[in-house]
Amino acid sequence: MKPRGSTAVLRVVTKQLMPAILLFALYVQFHGDYGPGGGFQAGVIFAAGIVLYALVFGLDQARQVLPPQWLLRVAPLGVLLYAGVGVYSLLSGRAFLDYSAIDPADPVHGQHLGILLVELGVGLTVGAVMILIFYAFAGRRRSGP
Amino acid sequence: MSETGILLVNAFLLGSMLIIAVTMARLRNLFVAAMMSSIYSLATACLFVLLDAVDVAFTEAAVGAGVSTVLILSALSLTDYTDRPPRPGPHRAALVLCLGVGVLLMIAASDWPALGSADTPVHQHPLTEHYLVRSPQDTGLPNVVTSVLASYRGYDTLGEVTVVFTAGMAVLMLLWGGRSPKERRK
Repeated sequence: MKPRGSTAVLRVVTKQLMPAILLFALYVQFHGDYGPGGGFQAGVIFAAGIVLYALVFGLDQARQVLPPQWLLRVAPLGVLLYAGVGVYSLLSGRAFLDYSAIDPADPVHGQHLGILLVELGVGLTVGAVMILIFYAFAGRRRSGP
Repeated sequence: MSETGILLVNAFLLGSMLIIAVTMARLRNLFVAAMMSSIYSLATACLFVLLDAVDVAFTEAAVGAGVSTVLILSALSLTDYTDRPPRPGPHRAALVLCLGVGVLLMIAASDWPALGSADTPVHQHPLTEHYLVRSPQDTGLPNVVTSVLASYRGYDTLGEVTVVFTAGMAVLMLLWGGRSPKERRK
């Protein structure tokens, strides 16, 4: 997928937009406890930003920024982080995914931290999977004549 | 926004969605149809904002209007941009069936409670009040959606993330045919 024709305007506009899109994704990720949003939304917004980048600057350029080999490790890492928080609370003698175990002295703070961690896990997995599927689709060539 | 204002915006969005849907059904140029479906998703996202479901609107705008449109376009680049002309068939019967189902759905929708009315079973169930009252005390979070999703219903969300991960890996196995990205780029 190589960009064709004059893409000067697209390149300039995309370069201006990229930091805003990625920053907004991070805002939705880490401010999800207070405003609307969370891991799912942050993951897809981040992926949409990377897709825009790949459309304008080419797939190879995007692959250099976020190599598929990394993403293949980030996707399971998110699930493991989520489940790991659950196993940690299990080992601390509480119920699976009872975040109060993270900070027994202050259960409310433990809940807050646990929600932040599992949302991060959701965001990592969703974002990585979306970008990987896009890479796999966009990297295919028409086979045969 | 005033009542009339919201009504006007709703009518505009739903009207344009109807026009887009009919146009898409008649189009034979699949590139234009993909773009139309993207605009349709964007209008849906605006409707979600009007319903105060901003987080759903984020997802619809990013996935429906953005990523899935790009995926459809990359699929089109592997096949063909124009559809075959429609084959002769029972078009009239299909139209009657569609209109019939549409009328039935409208009749069913007239039984819905009014938007935001407080005396629906959803709002009167004791669990609703439990979540709304206890969430700030239990988790310290003002956003009850997040605390229900990630804490009270943490099991469900863990299941959803596992589904996303498994589905993604399955798609990659199909598309990459079991080769690692390094082998694939030979």
